[in-house]
Amino acid sequence: MSTTADALNLKPHEAHDAHHDADHKPGFFVRWFMSTNHKDIGTLYLIFAIIAGTLGGAISGIMRWELMEPGIQVLNHAWPIGAGTANFDEWTHHWNVLITAHALIMIFFTIMPAMMGGFGNWFVPLMIGAPDMAFPRMNNISFWLLVPAFLLLLGSTFVSGGTGLGAGTGWTLYAPLSTSGSSGPAVDMVIFSMHLAGASSILGAINFITTIFNMRAPGMTLHKMPLFVWSVLVTAFLLLLSLPVLAGAITMLLTDRNFGTAFFDASGGGNVVLYQHLFWFFGHPEVYIMIIPGFGMISQVVATFSRKPVFGYLGMAYAMVAIGVIGFVVWAHHMFTTGMSVDEKMYFTAATMIIAVPTGVKVFSWIATMWGGSLTFETPMLFAIGFIFLFTIGGVTGVVLANGGVDTYMQDTYYVVAHFHYVLSLGAIFAIFAGFYYWFAKMSGRMYNELLGKIHFFLMFVGVNVIFFPMHFLGLDGMPRRIPDYTPAFEHWNYVETIGYMITIAGVAVFFVNLFWSLAAGRKAPDNPWGEGATTLEWTLSSPPPFHQYSTLPRID
Amino acid sequence: MRRIGWAIALAAAWLTPAAAQAPASAPAVSTPAAAQPTGGPGDHTRPEALPPGSQPTPPGGFAQNPGQPEPGTAPPIMTPTPGVGEPDGRMMLQDQVTPIGREAAAFHDYWLLPLCAGISIVVLALLLWSIVRYRRGANPVPSRNSHNTTIEVIWTLVPVLLLVTIAIPSIRLLRHTYSPPPADLTVKVTGHQWYWSYEYPENGVSFDSYMLKEANDPTRQKNQRARTDADGPPLLAVDERLVIPQGKVVKFIVTADDVIHSFAIPAFWIKQDANPGQLHETWAKVDRPGVYFGQCSELCGARHGFMPIAVEVVPPAQFAAWVASKGGKMPGAQPAAPPATTGGTDTDAVTPAPAVAGTATVNPAPAPQNPNVANRTNQ
Repeated sequence: MSTTADALNLKPHEAHDAHHDADHKPGFFVRWFMSTNHKDIGTLYLIFAIIAGTLGGAISGIMRWELMEPGIQVLNHAWPIGAGTANFDEWTHHWNVLITAHALIMIFFTIMPAMMGGFGNWFVPLMIGAPDMAFPRMNNISFWLLVPAFLLLLGSTFVSGGTGLGAGTGWTLYAPLSTSGSSGPAVDMVIFSMHLAGASSILGAINFITTIFNMRAPGMTLHKMPLFVWSVLVTAFLLLLSLPVLAGAITMLLTDRNFGTAFFDASGGGNVVLYQHLFWFFGHPEVYIMIIPGFGMISQVVATFSRKPVFGYLGMAYAMVAIGVIGFVVWAHHMFTTGMSVDEKMYFTAATMIIAVPTGVKVFSWIATMWGGSLTFETPMLFAIGFIFLFTIGGVTGVVLANGGVDTYMQDTYYVVAHFHYVLSLGAIFAIFAGFYYWFAKMSGRMYNELLGKIHFFLMFVGVNVIFFPMHFLGLDGMPRRIPDYTPAFEHWNYVETIGYMITIAGVAVFFVNLFWSLAAGRKAPDNPWGEGATTLEWTLSSPPPFHQYSTLPRID
Repeated sequence: MRRIGWAIALAAAWLTPAAAQAPASAPAVSTPAAAQPTGGPGDHTRPEALPPGSQPTPPGGFAQNPGQPEPGTAPPIMTPTPGVGEPDGRMMLQDQVTPIGREAAAFHDYWLLPLCAGISIVVLALLLWSIVRYRRGANPVPSRNSHNTTIEVIWTLVPVLLLVTIAIPSIRLLRHTYSPPPADLTVKVTGHQWYWSYEYPENGVSFDSYMLKEANDPTRQKNQRARTDADGPPLLAVDERLVIPQGKVVKFIVTADDVIHSFAIPAFWIKQDANPGQLHETWAKVDRPGVYFGQCSELCGARHGFMPIAVEVVPPAQFAAWVASKGGKMPGAQPAAPPATTGGTDTDAVTPAPAVAGTATVNPAPAPQNPNVANRTNQ
């Protein structure tokens, strides 16, 4: 494969004096606020995700602080809104607002924008040899829908949600707590926020599918695409098929709340469990939406630093397809305690366990990629190896939870919290960091500091394990989720977990130091800093790539 | 208009703590009360102190007469055993006291957990071996192999076989969970924001169960009994426990009257969401007397973390005595007390017919047990 930065074709009329092709950038406002450039939009998404992630992480800090010891000692004054005047119910309502905001921010405004919007926008066109996304203006509106969505979510914490300010329904917005149980405009604002974020993601998904199907460079067949592109393709289909169901469900919430319908109101003939079915029909694919792009990034990173092609490429690609397909038929394992029939439970138990097979294929293939390689351990590789191990732990606890009979005990305890933070906080976030360090040089044109990167990894690896591993113990001992206070028997591990948070946040601080130092003073990056293992097309371009790349399409042999 | 009336009624019902403190009536939605939670007749907290398993009480009148019982006089019948039926900081499942619980715990402890640990250790070992053996210093020239059909088939089939070994006991556990023996006793459990109410339709007993607050808790009313260690651990002890007989099959009919709650007792291995407008059933056959604690396990609003469940399992004879003390009767026996339609508690509107046997009293409309939520039915 070869790429020629050739100025003969597609040369802008007014750029006749530029010897470098098409690097004619618009002015600041037009470039960043009316952007149609996939790399700039990707950068906007990444900045957005970092801001949102910082906020979501800060919220988890408030929560860990409160949970450090029994009793209410933080909610009664640290929460700025309404502090001083609130009563006990408002303190505990604020707790529910915090858990709701933490989940929604991390899912919709951190992980999804970082993975799909950020890395997907940046690297899908580069990896398939396309000049840009298929619909550049739709790409822009995808990003700018996310901003008002986020503002609506944040704004909801300033208006009444019933017992106190903000929506305290949990991110799942279960009816009737989210309908008749929460008066005031806060929940309406959260619902609108989800509508906007969902529309943003659907538009993005359409864009990715069209781009990947239609804009691959000559010779780039589907079976030659890098695994990251495969992962984005699968994820885009999951988004396209699941988000409309969420939109329908929360629209029904909205009409139940405001227009007198009774979809989820038993006194009007509705069914509260119907909402949960609709929500989890979206919600389960959603968890794969958050992790599958991570699979793709980890595959790129592991292959690069093993200096070997990915082991079992086709198996890896179709394992993601299989996970995506099966992910649509397992949703009710989130609802094992709602009173399902035994046949339903047996089906959802069996179907859920099947997902372990393609997931196992992926884990073993990553190890086989490393096997026989010539490994070096730059920061992205450390995060990738950390990902593989921690994701495995989250995976095996997922097999425990898949058993309907066992889940009776675990459902809504900290065991579940531990499980999904192992696959998301440690899985998805580690994948994002792996991708960020991997591509930082390509995106910014500067190298990050390797020492700071390694310090970041080790602090974070220790920290998140100290936070989340003891949650298994708390769950087995029976501690429910989503409670602001607990009986003293749970104190020990909660205290330990808060220490873990402090270690983690030290690691995140190192990340920010590294980020700003490297942007300002990092060593200039070569086109391909990773050597012979980095074989995908983006490494054939300059770092950072030209404003418009591939004016002559690369040809893949 | 109906909807607006609904909304006002709901707001009034659910916001009563706020409404009680700032006497602004109806939808006191955005008026956070500035006062200390002094409570009042409309507060959700229990208006009177009833020691668990207290002596027979004259039917009715308690809700209107909050000052009568002396706080903290009668100790509970049974003191909980530390480490049994309650969390104790361990790293394992709570001890199980039902057949289903023991089967499930054994499945978890002796098969799922070792399997999980084994897989994790294998993956870790393979990773560490790769890191050491194939680091660049030890292996400067990478191999180019990227396919091996045999090993790919193996690592697909071996997990499948392992999953089959999980699925068989898992499905069996589900089958056992869903084949309860005939019930000896039926208890209807209703979740409310934020307390539980229990109804024994065959015995004509019903009462509400609230969390006991600490002695130094400023939100505790003067007439509310404070928690003692005999009641149970903080945030788990309740003023009136659910009492069931030892060794009998107890069927729990679970529902809710406002939002979704979840009735969970870890030591019994039961957890059943309480869905408004639906009746769901779970069961337990507890073979060890004692006190067992659980907590609401579905987010239900501000005091979700403060509506525990406490179950006291007593020998059958003691259970009959307890039923009699509550003014109820055992099925087939002469009424031990005058047929108390109010069950000897503050439920002044619900009248479970004592003759209803084997089935739960189904109230599609929420039972107005708490005066605070009574106006919810004024749709």
